[in-house]
Amino acid sequence: MTRGGLPVPNRADPPAHRQESANLADILERVLDKGIVIAGDIRVNVLDIELLTIKIRLLVASVDKAREMGIDWWEHDPSLSSGHRDLTKENRQLRERIEALEARAADGDGTKPPDRHHEPERADDV
Amino acid sequence: MSDDAVYVYAIGDAALAADLPAVAGVGGTLVRAVGSGALAAVASSVDAGEFGEDALRHNLEDLGWLADTARAHHAVVDTVARHHPIAPVRLATVYLDDANVRALLDERAAAFTAALERVRGRTEWGVKAFAAPQAAEEPQAAEPQPPAPSEAGPGTAYLMRRRAARNRAAESRRSAADAASRLHEELAGLAVANRRYPPQDPQLTGSRDEMVLNAAYLVENAGEAAVRRLVEERGAPGLRLQLTGPWAPYSFATLEET
Repeated sequence: MTRGGLPVPNRADPPAHRQESANLADILERVLDKGIVIAGDIRVNVLDIELLTIKIRLLVASVDKAREMGIDWWEHDPSLSSGHRDLTKENRQLRERIEALEARAADGDGTKPPDRHHEPERADDV
Repeated sequence: MSDDAVYVYAIGDAALAADLPAVAGVGGTLVRAVGSGALAAVASSVDAGEFGEDALRHNLEDLGWLADTARAHHAVVDTVARHHPIAPVRLATVYLDDANVRALLDERAAAFTAALERVRGRTEWGVKAFAAPQAAEEPQAAEPQPPAPSEAGPGTAYLMRRRAARNRAAESRRSAADAASRLHEELAGLAVANRRYPPQDPQLTGSRDEMVLNAAYLVENAGEAAVRRLVEERGAPGLRLQLTGPWAPYSFATLEET
C-alpha cells in the first residue's frame, strides 16, 4: 500500500462539505459519551469509559495542565489550533498581566486606590 | 493478522449490507456489514492485540490513539449515515467474532429496532452559542488614548474605566446567555428531541468568547431549512452562533431497557 516506511491506513476523513465544523472536541463528545452502549466481548467496562470521559473533560477543561503533561494532540489538529488562537492566547496573557499589575498598584497603598504620582511609573517598573 | 476482533460502529437495517459505502475503519480495514434478521451491524476487523482488553484499556488512556480512533470511528459513522439510517454505537465496542455480533443483534433485536425507529428520517444538528464581546465594550483596548484629565487622577480614572468595562462585559454575557436559552427553547420546538452538552473550554474552541450553549437537536430531515434559518436569524453582535452537522444521530441513539 505504501512505499516502505510505516503503513498508512487509508482512513477516510469526514468529507469537508458535510462536516464543515466537526472538530475533535465535538467528535469526542459524541463518540465517547453518546451512542448506543452495549457490552462488547472485550470488556472495557462502561465504568472505565465513563471515568475516561471524566478525565477527558478535566483535560479539556485545563488544556494548559495537559500541555504540561506533554499531551498536546490538539496543537496538531488544524481545527483546534491556528495562528489566530496563539494571538488570542497572547492577548489573554497580556490582559492577565495588566490585571496583575493593576492589582499590585491598588495594593501598593493599602486600601487607597493609587494616586497620580506613582500610577504611571508602575507600568515601567516591571 | 492471525487474530482479528470485530469492531462495531453502528446498527442499521439489514438492507445496508447490499449498499455499504467503501470506507476504512479504525484499523484501516474496509467496513463490512454483519447481518442477522432485519438488522445489520456496520463493523470492521481490527487487530485483536490492539483492541484486546488490556491493550484497549491502555490505549484509551493515550489521547493520541484516542483522537485517531475517534476520528476513524466518526468517519465510518458519518459516511454510512449519509446512505442509511443508523444508530451509532459508542466508541470501542469490540466482539471476538461475527457470530457474537449476530447473537447480539438477535438478542437485542427489539431494543435496536426501537432505537433505529427513533432516529429514522431524522438528523442531529449541533448548535453552539458564544457570548461575543462587542467591539464597543473595549474602547480603550484597541487604541490607548491619553485619559482625559479629571479630578480623580489618571490612575483612578483608569481603574474606573476598567471596572465599567468589566461590568459591561458581565452584562453582555448575561444577556447572551439569556438569548441562548431562548434560542434553545425555539430549537427544541423544531426538534423531536434535544440534549444539552456542557460548554466547551475556550482554549479548546480556539475562541476566547465564552460558550453559553452547547446542544444537539434531533430534527426531521425536512426540518433542516428551518433550523438553519433560525440559527441565522438569531445571531446578533453579542451572540455568535455556530451550527454543526448534519451529524449521525449520536446523541439520540439510546437503548431503552425493558
